[in-house]
Amino acid sequence: MSIAITTQIICFTILSLIILIGALGVVLLESIVYSAFLLGGVFMSVAGLYLLLNASFVAAAQVLVYVGAVNVLIIFAIMLVNKKEDLKPINDIKSRRIISTSICLTLLSLLIRVDLTNVWSLSSPQNSIGEESTIRIGEHLFSDYLLPFEVASVLLLMAMIGAIVLARRDVMNKDISTGLPVDQALIEKSSEPLLSNKN
Amino acid sequence: MNLESIPIQAFLIVSSALFCIGIWGLLNSRNAVRVLMSIELMLNAVNINLMAFSSYIDNNLIQGQVFTIFVITVAAAEAAVGLAILLSLYRNRVTVDMESFNLLKW
Repeated sequence: MSIAITTQIICFTILSLIILIGALGVVLLESIVYSAFLLGGVFMSVAGLYLLLNASFVAAAQVLVYVGAVNVLIIFAIMLVNKKEDLKPINDIKSRRIISTSICLTLLSLLIRVDLTNVWSLSSPQNSIGEESTIRIGEHLFSDYLLPFEVASVLLLMAMIGAIVLARRDVMNKDISTGLPVDQALIEKSSEPLLSNKN
Repeated sequence: MNLESIPIQAFLIVSSALFCIGIWGLLNSRNAVRVLMSIELMLNAVNINLMAFSSYIDNNLIQGQVFTIFVITVAAAEAAVGLAILLSLYRNRVTVDMESFNLLKW
């Protein structure tokens, strides 16, 4: 990349701060809507990191798929299920928090120790193909990664059909297994909170 | 290590921290949507790792970038199916509280 090293370090620091603070906001903030928008910011910053690593195609894919599809999907799901509810208190919530936090901190310290102590066999930057990476990705996808590529398309089709089947609301007159008429009130009951609850 | 670029350890530390934040959110959130968001955070941490190794260790063949493309694909499929499952759960239980999803408990 033809950016000066100082600029790269400044960009990296800003992007990492946005990623880490945004991720903390995603898991810690009370309002789930703020979390979803912060998640979009985190995805955009990750795309910025990919640009710093000379991967413009993956950065574009990240923005398109994560910000354009996944984040929008999450926001739609929040709009559909966003009901203010008083959560039942859990008895041992404090000990759970302590245990999970200590597990995460231990894992983090282990990972950072591995990151810093291991000697990575870095390749020379002369080999780098730099901005040709999009061409190389295309070559990979249609030669040695052809089978995973096709399997991925089948996976996407399965996910699409599965999501449609799971999410649509079927109203049947008869129970499939017993043949008895279905209690329609049970189906309609669930639709009320979606419509009547304004918050 | 070449002094012309950011050290690879910086990327690895950022991705480790992001992964641990994701695990913490996965273990501690009670809203099911937030659990899905934590999973996306963890997938992104893995992607940063793959991209860093692809750029610093395998910068001619860049197989890590191809892997990242596949991970993004799987993450998109996972998000679609996960949110559909969440919607049908919400229809059955009228809540998104993780503690009340005990359908498989015996």
